Amino acid sequence: MAKKAAFKKKATKKVSVKKVVKVVKKLNGPQQTIESLLELIRITSTVVPDDVFKAIERNAKNEEKNTTADYAMGIIKENIDLAKYKSQPLCQDTGTVIFYIYHPAGFHQTTFKELIKKSVTLATKKGYLRQNSVNSLTGENAGTNLGEGHPSIHFYEHKGSEVEVKLVLKGGGCENVSAQYSLPNTALSAGRDLEGVRKVIIDAVYKAQGKGCGPGALGVCVGGDRADSAYYAKKQLLRKLDDSNPNKDLDKLEKEIVETCNKLGIGPMGFGGKTTLLSCKITSANRVPASFFVTISYMCWAFRRQGIVMNKNFAIKKWLY
Amino acid sequence: MKKLDYPFSVEAVRKLKVGDMVLITGKLFTGRDAVHKYLHDGNKPPVNLKNQIIYHCGPVTMKDKNGKWTVTAAGPTTSIREEPYQWEVIRDYGIVGVIGKGGMGQKTLDACKEYGCVYLHAVGGAAQVLAEKIKSVDGLFLEEFGLPEAIWELSVVDFPVVVTMDAHGNSLHKEVEAHSKEIMKEIL
Ligand code: SF4
Repeated sequence: MAKKAAFKKKATKKVSVKKVVKVVKKLNGPQQTIESLLELIRITSTVVPDDVFKAIERNAKNEEKNTTADYAMGIIKENIDLAKYKSQPLCQDTGTVIFYIYHPAGFHQTTFKELIKKSVTLATKKGYLRQNSVNSLTGENAGTNLGEGHPSIHFYEHKGSEVEVKLVLKGGGCENVSAQYSLPNTALSAGRDLEGVRKVIIDAVYKAQGKGCGPGALGVCVGGDRADSAYYAKKQLLRKLDDSNPNKDLDKLEKEIVETCNKLGIGPMGFGGKTTLLSCKITSANRVPASFFVTISYMCWAFRRQGIVMNKNFAIKKWLY
Repeated sequence: MKKLDYPFSVEAVRKLKVGDMVLITGKLFTGRDAVHKYLHDGNKPPVNLKNQIIYHCGPVTMKDKNGKWTVTAAGPTTSIREEPYQWEVIRDYGIVGVIGKGGMGQKTLDACKEYGCVYLHAVGGAAQVLAEKIKSVDGLFLEEFGLPEAIWELSVVDFPVVVTMDAHGNSLHKEVEAHSKEIMKEIL
C-alpha cells in the first residue's frame, strides 16, 4: 500500500516482464502528477469554489438595487463568470501559493515537492499564476514563483490510502489587513474569553474597511503561539463556507460575527452596504498561561481554494470543493 | 448611472459627487509607484497629462505576432502608496481623475478640492471585467520601469467606477468609516 504512493525510480537491474510494466507505470507517475497539479492550479486561479459563489450570490440579492453595493456585487459576479469562461485568473494578484497535502504513510514528500515546484513554474508560464514571488532582501523576481518559502507546502500523513491535495491562493491586499491581537486588549476592553475574542474580530473587520477587497471571509484561531495561531487561522479557510463548527460555542460565535459585521455598513469594497463578511470560521489551539493570541486571516471575495483526490496513478479522481 | 466621456475637464469632474456610479469612456493612463516617484523627483511626464485620468494599475499585457499589445488583466492596485506624491501630480500636471482602490488620504482629498480632481474607485480584483473594457492600447511610455510599472495609454469604453472622493472635499471612505465606528461602539 505504502509503496503505491511513492515514485521510486528503481535501479534498472534485471527485472521480470511483470516488473518492467510496473516500472514504466511508476515513471509515468511524475508526469501525471504534474498534469493533475497544473489543472488544480488552473481551476483554483480561474474559478471560485461553489460554496463561495453561492455565498456571493445570496448576499448580492440582499443588497438594495441601484446602490453602490449592488453595483460592486454585480461587477464581482460578472468577473467570476468571465474568468471562468476565459480561463483567466480571477484577480491579477494570484497571491501566495499554499498547498496542503494529505498522504498515506510511506509517501515520498521530497519527490512530490519537486513535482509541485515544476507545476507551479509551468502554471506561471501558462499565465494561471502571475510572476508573484519576490526575494525580500534583493527585490528580485525570478519569474517562476519559486524561492525561499514559495510555494508554501504543508504535508500531513493520514490514514486513507489516497493522496489529497488542497490549494489556496492568498491575495496580498487581504493579507495586509489580516491581524493578530494579544488579549487582554485594554483599548477594546477585550478580556481573555470568547467575548474578548468577539470584540477583536469585529475590530479587525472594522479596521480592514474595504481595503481587503471585501466582502471578506475570515479564518480565525484562538490561542497558540504567534506563529501557530496564524497558521491555524489560515487553515480555517479550507472549510466550506456553509459548514458548521463541531464546537457549539464556536459555531454560535461564527454565526454571530457574520451577522454583527454585516451591520457595520462597510459593504463590498467599503462602498457601504449590507455585505461586509461572507463567513467566519474559528478554531482554537492551546496556549501557555502567559499568552492569549487571536489571529484573524482575512480572505478577499476572490476566495481561491480548491482540492483534488488523486487516484493510484495520480490522475484527478475527484474535486473536493 | 453617470457617464464621463473624453475629453475630460475640471468642470465635468466637479459635477461628480461621492457615491456616483460612473462609466468612463475615453482615455486612461496607467501609473503606479515608479511613475509617481519619477514625477515627484521633478522629471517631466513623457505625455501631457493635462485633463487626463491616471489609473493605479499594473496591467498584465501581451504582444501578439504583429507587435500589437493587448491587456489580459487590469485590476486596480492599492492607491494609498501614492499618497505622498499624488497631490503634487494633481497640482503640477493637471490630472482630473485618479482611479484605484482603497481610497487615499487627506492630502489627495485637499488637492482634489483645490485643483478639481476626483478619486474613482474601481472594483478590486475585477481584473477580467476591467480588462474587457479596454478596447485598445494606444501608447507605452517609460517602458524602462518594467511593463507593469510603465505608463500605458489605454482606450476604454464604459469602464465602471464609483466616485469615493469628490472635488468638494467629501470622502466616502471617511463617511463609511465614521458610520461603522458608531455602529461598532454600540455593538462592543
Ligand atoms: S485582495 Fe484579493 S481581490 Fe483584492 S487585489 Fe488582492 S487578491 Fe485581488
